[in-house]
Amino acid sequence: MSTVAQTPERVMPDRHYLNDNYGIRSWLLTKDHKRIAILYLISISVVFFIAGIFASLIRLHLLTPNGALFTPDTYNKMFTMHGVMMVFFFLVPSVPAVLGNFVIPLMVGAKDLAFPKINLMSWYIYIVGVTFAMAAIVSGGVDTGWTFYTPLSSGFLHTNVIVMVVGVIFAGFSSIFTGLNFIVTVHRMRAPGLTWGRLPLMVWSNYATSLIMILATPVLAITLILLGLERGFHIGIFDPKLGGDPVLFQHMFWFYSHPAVYIMILPGMGVISEIIPCFSRKRIFGYSFVAFSSIAIAVFGFVVWAHHMFVAGISVYSAMVFSLLSYAVAIPSAVKVFNWTATMYKGSISMDTPMLYAMGFIGLFTIGGLTGLFLAALGLDVHIHDTYFVIAHFHFIMVGGMVMAYLGGIHFWWPKMTGRLYPEAVAKLAALITFIGFNLTFFPQFVLGYLGQPRRYAIYAPEFQVLNVLSTAGASVLAVGFILPALYLTWSLKYGEVAGDNPWRATGLEWQTTSPPPTHNFHETPVVTTEAYHYGSESEEEVRVVP
Amino acid sequence: MAQQKEASTFGMWVFLVTEIMMFGGVFVAYMIYRLKYYEGFVAGSTSIDVTWGFINTLVLICSSLTMALAVSAAQRGVVRLQKIFIIFTMALGLVFLVIKGIEYHQKWVEHHVPGGTWQTFDPQDIHQDLIKEGKTPQAATEIAHQTEIFFCFYFAMTGLHALHMIIGLILMTWLLLRVSRREFGPDYYTPVELGGLYWHFVDIVWIYLFPLLYLINRTHGKI
Amino acid sequence: MQSNLPLFPEQASTVAGQVDALYLFLILLTTFFSLLIAVLIIYFAIKYRRSTGRKAEQIHGSTLLEIVWTVIPLGISMVIFVWGAALYFHIQRPPGDALEIYGVAKQWMWKFQYPEGQREINSLHVPLGRPVKVTLISEDVIHSFFVPAFRIKQDVLPNRYRMAWFTATTPGTYHLFCSQYCGTNHSEMVGEVTVMKPEDFTAWLESGKAEGSLASMGEKLFQQFGCTTCHRPDSGARGPNLEGVYGRPVRLQDNRVVIADDNYIRNHVLNPGTEVVSGFQPIMPTFRGVITEQGMQQIIAYIKSLSEQTGQPLNNRTDPTKIRDNEVPNVQQQMQQDNQNQKPSGKQP
Repeated sequence: MSTVAQTPERVMPDRHYLNDNYGIRSWLLTKDHKRIAILYLISISVVFFIAGIFASLIRLHLLTPNGALFTPDTYNKMFTMHGVMMVFFFLVPSVPAVLGNFVIPLMVGAKDLAFPKINLMSWYIYIVGVTFAMAAIVSGGVDTGWTFYTPLSSGFLHTNVIVMVVGVIFAGFSSIFTGLNFIVTVHRMRAPGLTWGRLPLMVWSNYATSLIMILATPVLAITLILLGLERGFHIGIFDPKLGGDPVLFQHMFWFYSHPAVYIMILPGMGVISEIIPCFSRKRIFGYSFVAFSSIAIAVFGFVVWAHHMFVAGISVYSAMVFSLLSYAVAIPSAVKVFNWTATMYKGSISMDTPMLYAMGFIGLFTIGGLTGLFLAALGLDVHIHDTYFVIAHFHFIMVGGMVMAYLGGIHFWWPKMTGRLYPEAVAKLAALITFIGFNLTFFPQFVLGYLGQPRRYAIYAPEFQVLNVLSTAGASVLAVGFILPALYLTWSLKYGEVAGDNPWRATGLEWQTTSPPPTHNFHETPVVTTEAYHYGSESEEEVRVVP
Repeated sequence: MAQQKEASTFGMWVFLVTEIMMFGGVFVAYMIYRLKYYEGFVAGSTSIDVTWGFINTLVLICSSLTMALAVSAAQRGVVRLQKIFIIFTMALGLVFLVIKGIEYHQKWVEHHVPGGTWQTFDPQDIHQDLIKEGKTPQAATEIAHQTEIFFCFYFAMTGLHALHMIIGLILMTWLLLRVSRREFGPDYYTPVELGGLYWHFVDIVWIYLFPLLYLINRTHGKI
Repeated sequence: MQSNLPLFPEQASTVAGQVDALYLFLILLTTFFSLLIAVLIIYFAIKYRRSTGRKAEQIHGSTLLEIVWTVIPLGISMVIFVWGAALYFHIQRPPGDALEIYGVAKQWMWKFQYPEGQREINSLHVPLGRPVKVTLISEDVIHSFFVPAFRIKQDVLPNRYRMAWFTATTPGTYHLFCSQYCGTNHSEMVGEVTVMKPEDFTAWLESGKAEGSLASMGEKLFQQFGCTTCHRPDSGARGPNLEGVYGRPVRLQDNRVVIADDNYIRNHVLNPGTEVVSGFQPIMPTFRGVITEQGMQQIIAYIKSLSEQTGQPLNNRTDPTKIRDNEVPNVQQQMQQDNQNQKPSGKQP
C-alpha cells in the first residue's frame, strides 16, 4: 500500500542543509529557516514530554477519589504547569514554528523567510521563555491554573507566578515574531506566477494564524504585565479593595486566549488540507471556500471571547451576543470538514500514516467542534461550564485535532526534512494506538462533566471513580502512542530508507527540490504556472526546477 | 534590494500594529476605570504637573522632527548630518526620561505612589484640595481614595512608555554606530527609516498619553 | 450511590429537565453528524482505495454544495442558540416571590444565612416546590456556586452580589461544588443541599432558632454603626429615609436613576461617594473594613424589611432604563410630606 515512487535509485543529495555546515555554532547561529525549524522541533518535543509527564501524574492521581498520590497544593501545580506548558510552549509554536518554518518558504518558492535573523531571534526568545517557565517549575511550581484568574493569582497565592508569567510573555513575543515573518513572507516573497489563488492551503492557514498571532498576543502581553505589576507592587487594577474589577482580567485574558485557540487549530487544518489531496490523488474540493474559511475563523475568533464568561457576571444581553457569534465562528470549521470529506469522494486513496492521522483528525475534530456547540448554548453552559465537559471538549480539539495534525504533518514532511522514510508498519500502529488511547482517555470525561465533576479537583466525589479510572487507563495507552513516534522517528534518522525527492508524488514546490533540500532551497527560482493540488493532470510534472 | 526594503518596511509596520494592540489593551482598561471613577481621575490628573507634561510633549515632538531629519540625511547620504540629528534625537529622548524621573520623584515625595509594596500612598494634599473646592470631607476622602487606581494607571502607562523610550535609545545608539561606519546612503538607509518609524510611534503613544493622563477636565468646565 | 453507571445527575429542579432536553438534542445532533462524517470517510477510504486502472476524478468543487452545507448548519445553530438563550434567560431571572437565602463564599467554605436567622456552613436546607434565591458574595477570590442536580451555576465575586435561583422538585440530598478554582482546598469546598418537604422545612427552621431573624440582627448593626444618626424619617435628617426604599428606583445627583437593590446598598455602604442620592450631601462615611459580608447581608435584610412593612409591593424590575420619571420617588419631598402629615412611618429608631 506504499505510495513511494518507483524511481530506479533513490539517493540522498551530497550536500544539503543538514550537512552544509557542521558544528554547534553553525546551528546556534544559523539563519536557515530549515535549521531553525529543527531547533524548534527538538525544543518543543522536550516541552511536550515534560508537560506530558505532568498529565500522566494528574491521571495517576485521579485514580482514587481521595487523592492518594499528591497533596492538593501539588496537584494544583501539576494541572497549572501542564496547561501552561502545553498551551504556550507546545501548541502555539508546534505547527507554525516547526512545520510552517520549514515548509512555507519552500511552498512560496523563496530562499528563506523574509527576516531570517528575526526567525532565529524568535527561537532564542522562545528558549528564554522556556527557561523562565522551567525556573518557575523547579523553584516550587505555580498553582494559578493556566488562566491566571484574579484575584486568586494577583493576591492570594505564594508561588512563583511572576517568573512563570515572564516566561509566557517571552513565548508570546516569539510567536509574534514568527507571525510577523510569515505575513511579510507571504505578501512579498512569493515566486513569480504564484498568485494568492494558487497558494497551498497550508500557507493560507498559517497566514490566517499569523494575523491572529500579531493582533491578539500583544493583548496577552499587556494583561500579564498588569498582572505582574499587581502581584509585584500590589497596585490595584484587578483588586476589588482598591475598586478594581477582577472580571476585567477575564475579559482581557480571554480577548487573547480565545483567538489563541484558533492559533492552536488553524495550522493543523492547513496540514490536513495538504495531506488529504495528496493521499487521495485529488485536488481539494472547494479551494476558495477552504481558504476563506481560514480568514473567517480568524476574524470571527476575535469577537467571541466572553463565551468563556457566561456565568462570570456579564450581562444577559451581552451573553446572548457572544453566544450568537460563537455559533457563527463554528460554521467555517464545519465547511472545512465537509470539503475535506468531499475531497476523498472519488479519489484514489492510500492509507499511509499521514492519511491515518488526517482521518483521525477529521473524526475527532468533528466531535470536539460539535461539543463546542453544547458550550455555546447559554442555558446548557450554565451546567457544564467549569466541569470535565469543557476539559473533554478542548482536548478533543487540541489533542484529537491539533496534535494529530501535527503528527500527521511530521510524518508527511519527515522525508523532506530528513531525507529518510520512517518504518511504515510501526507508524501506522502508533497512529492507531494514539487514536484508541485518546478516545478512551477523553470520552468518559464528557460524561463526568455532565454528571457534575468540576475542573481542577484534586479530590472528587466517589461516584465519579469508575469514569476516572477508565480515563486513566486510556491515558496510559495514549502515552504509548506518543512515545512510539519519538522512538522510531529518531531511529529512522540513521536506519530509515532513503526517501528521494518526492516519495509521496505530492504537488507543491517543496517536493520539487531534493530531500533534504539544499540550504538555499532551490537551485533556481521556480516559476509557478498551475494551481495548487494539480493532481491527476498532465501538468503534474510541469513544475520542475532545473538542477 | 528594493523588495527587501519593501519587505522590511512592511515588517516594521506589522510590528507597530502589535504595539498598538498592546498599548490598546491598557488604554481600554484605563477608559473603563476612568468612566467608573471619573472624579477620582479628575483629582489625580489635576495633581500631576501639567507643565512638565507639556514640556515633555514638546520635547518628543522635537525629537520626532530631528529623527525625520536624520532619515532625510541618511537618504541623501550626508553622514555628518545623520550623526548630528541622531544625537539630537537621543539627547531629547534623554531629556524626556530625566523629566519623567523628576515627575516620578515628585509623586514619591507627595505620597502618590500607589500600592502595597511601599505602602506610602497618602493623598492628603489631594484631600485638602478637594475640600477647598467645596467637597464635603466624606466625599473628599472617597475621591482621594479613588485616585489610587488613577496612579496605578499613571505609573503603568508612563512606565511602559518609558521602557519603550529606553529601547528606542538603545536602537539609536546602534544606529549611530552604523552611521559612523558610513553604512547608509541613497541606496540603503532602511534601518534609519525603520528606526524612525519606531521613534515616531513611541512619540505618538505619548501624544495620546498626555491628554488622557494630564488633561482630564483640568479647566473644570470653565472653558 | 448508584450501582449502575449513571450518565446524568438526578433531575431535582424545575430547570433540570429543560437543560437535559437541550443536552439530549445536542447529543443526537452530534452523534448524527459525527457518525455521518466518520462513516463517509471510512466508506470513501475503502470504496475509493488506490487500485491500478482507476484514477481519481478531479472535482473542483460545487458552489451549491458549499451553500447547502453552510446554510443548514447555520440554521441548526440558530435553533440551538434560541433554545439555549431562552433557557438562560429563565435561569438568570429569579421570580419575585422567592425565598431569599444569603450566602458568603470564602476560602474554603460556604456560609449561609436564612431570613429567620439560622446559619449553616457547607450545608443548605431548602423547601420543596418553592423558588429559592441565593444571594452570594465572596470574601476573597472568585468562587462558583454549582449544584449539578439543579443544573445551576453562578460565579461568586468579591465585589458584588450574584444571585442563583432554583425550585427544587425532588426531596433528597445533593452535591454543592465550588466550580471556580480558588486555591489549595478548592476541591474540598463542597457542601450538601438538602431538599425537604415544606412541613419538614418549617420544622427544621423552628428547631434552630439563633439570635433572632436576619432582619433583627441587621437592625442591631444599623444602630450599632450609628446609621440612625442620619437615616431617619424626619425632614431634617441628613440622610434619606430608608423605609420603602428597597427595590425601588432612586434618583442620583447626576440625574441617573438606579434601582436600590442589594448591590446598590452594599456599594453605598462601602463607597458612599459614588452614588449620592439627589438632594443630599455627600457626607456619608465609608464602612469599608468595618462591616463583614455577613453583617452586610443582615443590614440588607433589615432595609428590605422596612419596605415590606410599609405594605408596598417591591419593584421586581431590574432594568433602570425602563423606569418612567414619574415613578421615581422624590425622597426629600416625601420626607417633608411625612413630617407635615405626621404620618406614622413605621419603625422609629
